[in-house]
Amino acid sequence: MIGSSTFTLILQGLLTGAGVTVVVTLVSLLLSLSLGFGLALVRQFAKRRGLHAMIDLYCEIMRNIPALTHLFILYFGLASIGFRLSSMAAAILGLGLIGAAVTCDLFRAGFAALPKGQAEAALAVGFTPSQTILDILTPQAMRLALPSLGNYAVQLLKDTSIVSAIAAPEIMFYARSLVTSSFQTTLIYTMVAVLYLALALPLMQAIRVLETRYGKLKA
Amino acid sequence: MNPLLSVTGLTKSYGPVEVLKGIDFDVAAGEKIALIGPSGSGKSTCLRCLNFLEKPSAGEIHLDGERIGVRLDRPMNDRQLAPQRAEMGMVFQLFNLWPHLSVTENVAIAARKVRGLSAREARELALDMLAKVHMTHRADASPLELSGGQQQRVAIARALAQKPKLMLFDEPTSALDPELVHEVLKVMEELAAEGRTMLIVTHEIAFARDIADRVLFLDGGRIVEQGPARDLILSPREPRTQAFLRQIRH
Repeated sequence: MIGSSTFTLILQGLLTGAGVTVVVTLVSLLLSLSLGFGLALVRQFAKRRGLHAMIDLYCEIMRNIPALTHLFILYFGLASIGFRLSSMAAAILGLGLIGAAVTCDLFRAGFAALPKGQAEAALAVGFTPSQTILDILTPQAMRLALPSLGNYAVQLLKDTSIVSAIAAPEIMFYARSLVTSSFQTTLIYTMVAVLYLALALPLMQAIRVLETRYGKLKA
Repeated sequence: MNPLLSVTGLTKSYGPVEVLKGIDFDVAAGEKIALIGPSGSGKSTCLRCLNFLEKPSAGEIHLDGERIGVRLDRPMNDRQLAPQRAEMGMVFQLFNLWPHLSVTENVAIAARKVRGLSAREARELALDMLAKVHMTHRADASPLELSGGQQQRVAIARALAQKPKLMLFDEPTSALDPELVHEVLKVMEELAAEGRTMLIVTHEIAFARDIADRVLFLDGGRIVEQGPARDLILSPREPRTQAFLRQIRH
């Protein structure tokens, strides 16, 4: 049996970690969405072949190397050549840069799914290409991409657990150190599981609300 | 008087395939012209070349004396083309309404973004245009909730809101269920009666006969025969026109 004070200590530690998990998730989500959207726009609409190749290369590199490897390069690798990032900065930057490759593809799929007539009708009424992209294509592509972006966001929340490996003080980081000091392995990891669930379920719910509100493009 | 639209030597190739082989015609202000012909004859391509949704391979198009798509001997890009395209309203076979916008927004958005009307002015204009196509009652609906005929009428209102110098109709009833064709043709008839300049690619021969001043019969990328609507449709001279019209009637 454990005393209630131990339990409180563990809970406090995990909640502190949960705060960091939320921050890492949200900031890296924001980074990956904005960067990924920008890349998707360029890849989809700019006519420069060279840029296309660079973006494709970026996406391949990000997706085909384990996230942990990226994080170690950012955190340890850069430090060893004198460019030191805090563990939080490395975590957010790492997850954000990897995520940009993922969301770039999701946004592009959204744009690609739009019938050609949508852009043609916009050009026909006298829209410039940028107005066409901004006012007609983007709102629709966003809606089409919404369900898969939602899945990505939940995946990202769970993936933040790996940034404990570069000492970012999120849930798993606290959990491991609490296990070392209290040996309450089962209790702590069960609480961790419940905590992740408590974060993921509202996120899922929020995405569902967005989907019902904006997700409809077909009758 | 100078024609409103003049097309000379219009050709269009996709790689080695020549779809338009030199099209010449003029359209006077207020004239209604029907383009008819078998599928693959190039009539849709011809229409889409007029506002450069397809870039012509050669030839000249002038609208109201202004050369379309070329400035100082240089081809214009889509950005430069935008103001010229705004002068021509286009109605597509598949309507192409924007599903993320309400019916009213579909009609109003270009007035705001292209012509710089205020949100209120644009909305009023949109409601006026919707009244013309008898769609005021669905002003706040989503295009997704409308029948094909209703969608096409909204698409016509969207084109009218541009205050275009001429209207281009690209097979406006071909994608409609038969019972919905009539409501769209009726709206087009009303527009014709207002004296608008209209170019209509259509398979509705009876409609072309009754509405159009002139009919152009295209086949194999050329204008095979043209003339006053009644004459051409009731007593075509060219064997190919005769064969086509015979087929359509059966």
